[in-house]
Amino acid sequence: MAEDGVFDIYDKDTGAEPYVLRLFITGASPNSIRAVENTKAICEEYLKGRYQLEIIDIHQQPQLAEGEDVIAVPLMIKKSPYPERRMIGDMSDTERVLKGLGLTNNS
Amino acid sequence: MSKSQIKKAPVLYGTLPKALTGITGLDEITEGGLPLGRPTLICGEAGCGKTLMSLEFIVRGAVQYNEPGVFVAFEEKSDELAMNVASLGFDLKKLQEQKKLKIDHVHIDRSEIEETGEYDLEGLFIRLGYAIDSIGAKRVVLDTLENLFSGLNNQAVLRMELRRLFGWLKEKGVTAIITGERGEGNSLTRQGLEEYVSDCVILLDNRVVNQITTRRLRVIKYRGTVHGTNEYPFLIDEDGISVLPVTSLKMANTVSTERVSTGVKGLDDMLGGLGLYRGGSVLVSGTAGTGKTSLAASFANESCNRKEKCVYFAMEESPSQIIRNMRSIGIDLQKHIDKGLLIFNASRPNLYGLEMHLVAMHKCIRKYKPSVVVIDPITNFINIGSVSEVKNMLVRMIDFLQEEGISVMFTALSLNTVVSEQTDEGVSSLVDAWILVRDIEFNGERNRGLYVMKSRGMKHSNQVREFVITNTGLNLIDVYLGPDGILTGSAREQQVLLEQTGEAIRSNALNRKDREIIRKRTVLEAKIASLHTEFESVEEELNKVYLEEELKKHILDKNRAEVTRLRRGETAEKPKTSNKK
Repeated sequence: MAEDGVFDIYDKDTGAEPYVLRLFITGASPNSIRAVENTKAICEEYLKGRYQLEIIDIHQQPQLAEGEDVIAVPLMIKKSPYPERRMIGDMSDTERVLKGLGLTNNS
Repeated sequence: MSKSQIKKAPVLYGTLPKALTGITGLDEITEGGLPLGRPTLICGEAGCGKTLMSLEFIVRGAVQYNEPGVFVAFEEKSDELAMNVASLGFDLKKLQEQKKLKIDHVHIDRSEIEETGEYDLEGLFIRLGYAIDSIGAKRVVLDTLENLFSGLNNQAVLRMELRRLFGWLKEKGVTAIITGERGEGNSLTRQGLEEYVSDCVILLDNRVVNQITTRRLRVIKYRGTVHGTNEYPFLIDEDGISVLPVTSLKMANTVSTERVSTGVKGLDDMLGGLGLYRGGSVLVSGTAGTGKTSLAASFANESCNRKEKCVYFAMEESPSQIIRNMRSIGIDLQKHIDKGLLIFNASRPNLYGLEMHLVAMHKCIRKYKPSVVVIDPITNFINIGSVSEVKNMLVRMIDFLQEEGISVMFTALSLNTVVSEQTDEGVSSLVDAWILVRDIEFNGERNRGLYVMKSRGMKHSNQVREFVITNTGLNLIDVYLGPDGILTGSAREQQVLLEQTGEAIRSNALNRKDREIIRKRTVLEAKIASLHTEFESVEEELNKVYLEEELKKHILDKNRAEVTRLRRGETAEKPKTSNKK
């Protein structure tokens, strides 16, 4: 319930800007699989209907790795809303993911 | 230079294949470059040239050996890098356009990153792999991996991933350079990891001695090959990095038996009448104002007169000053400069370190290819380095010049307090010939005495000559060895005058005696003549008596015969006779 309140305030400030997330993974490595699962779970729980998640396999699209300055994977970049944030790891630490997403203000 | 070496490398069967760096001198120290297809660590403190050396490796690889390279910059941005090396004549933008070079800037900002669990550096691998494949790179530089450690927290993962990275680079078959900052204490890198997984470790060092910086390089390890183990000074100038191997240890230079004149007739005479060997080195030492520069200028002048090029490194006076001063002794250097035969290269010793001087001279000599080099004087080098360093530098200088067959003349100021057998640079043992100009103080004046202290491989005079600087050039005069010892200058002149006077007096006396003799002879001859006359008259007198006697006898005989005949009653036949009687 508290989260809803947060979103309401947030919505007013940002004009209901959706979360644009990019998740860079490397094929079917264990870290990547866990990261995809964890990310999806977190998004569904906290950002339901208000996010756009793009999953990129840099094995397939290595040229994107340079553009987004990917070093450590899995990497999730929060493109929007501002500020841009980067999260690395398998997203198993939900606290930190939320912090990275800027969702920990009132929780 | 390099093409032959490229071809040569694979011929050495069984040895480690190497990739030429193209960096002056480094390929000689490593005997052919860095290990081909393996990672090399370049470590050192901040500002010692790690990035530049690695970048030069990439650029030279791309330009000279047609081996494209990837430069992964963790510190500087691509533009910054391009700007930093533009002064060295490396056009990174153009190389990137030509697909010979790829610069990948990796930016890691801890504050932007949230670590949310397990991760690895596969992204870097993929990125690097993509960069390598996109241009077919053979060379890779990672500058500097430490930034990964400052950007990411999980050290265990990083260490593991770095190990994997080295293995992966080997697998890729790229010749890689990894730069690393020097760690605390004696460790080569902060992580203490890279030096173990690299096949070759090069340590760069930047030391300040007497306010002058010298960069040095040392190959700490190089698996599977011999390499130079010493510290080699290197420097960064407008042509990039130059490493100088201290000396070629072979000492296998060919030598010339040709002789060149020193420009001073008397000195040539002292050196067996022919002068110095071509390609030899000669040291002129002496106290202040003994004419060392004049000798050097004369040597330079002589070589220019032979239409040979000469480079004159002026360390104390400006070229125009030397030209003016030499004009006063009848040596016109300006005309040689105008013809391009004489090149002045003036710099204060304190301007930069010994190594820089050495390289500057190297470059200048390589550029102009002279047959004679003058360094005037070497004394001030002592201000910027210890005796052994200066000596070391001069050894390399002489070595290099000998290799090129260039004659060199050094001048050195020796202090009065220093024993004449030893110059303060300690170079007298290195040179082929050593000429000492010394003040001889006598009779209230100072004069210059010149000695040939040594001259390898030729007969040379062991005498002191007086060294005279006149309006028309330099001259050597035999000193006067008199009962009072060695006489020089006005004392010698006086002695000469004295001798001339004596000569005159003596010859005068001689003349008088001669005349006396002539006179005596005249007198005697006159006497002889008169005696002769006397003798003649006496003789005549005697002759007369004798004739009369004869006649008398004859007449007597005749008379007796007449008388006898008359007694017999015969008439006189010859009345004439009787008449006479």
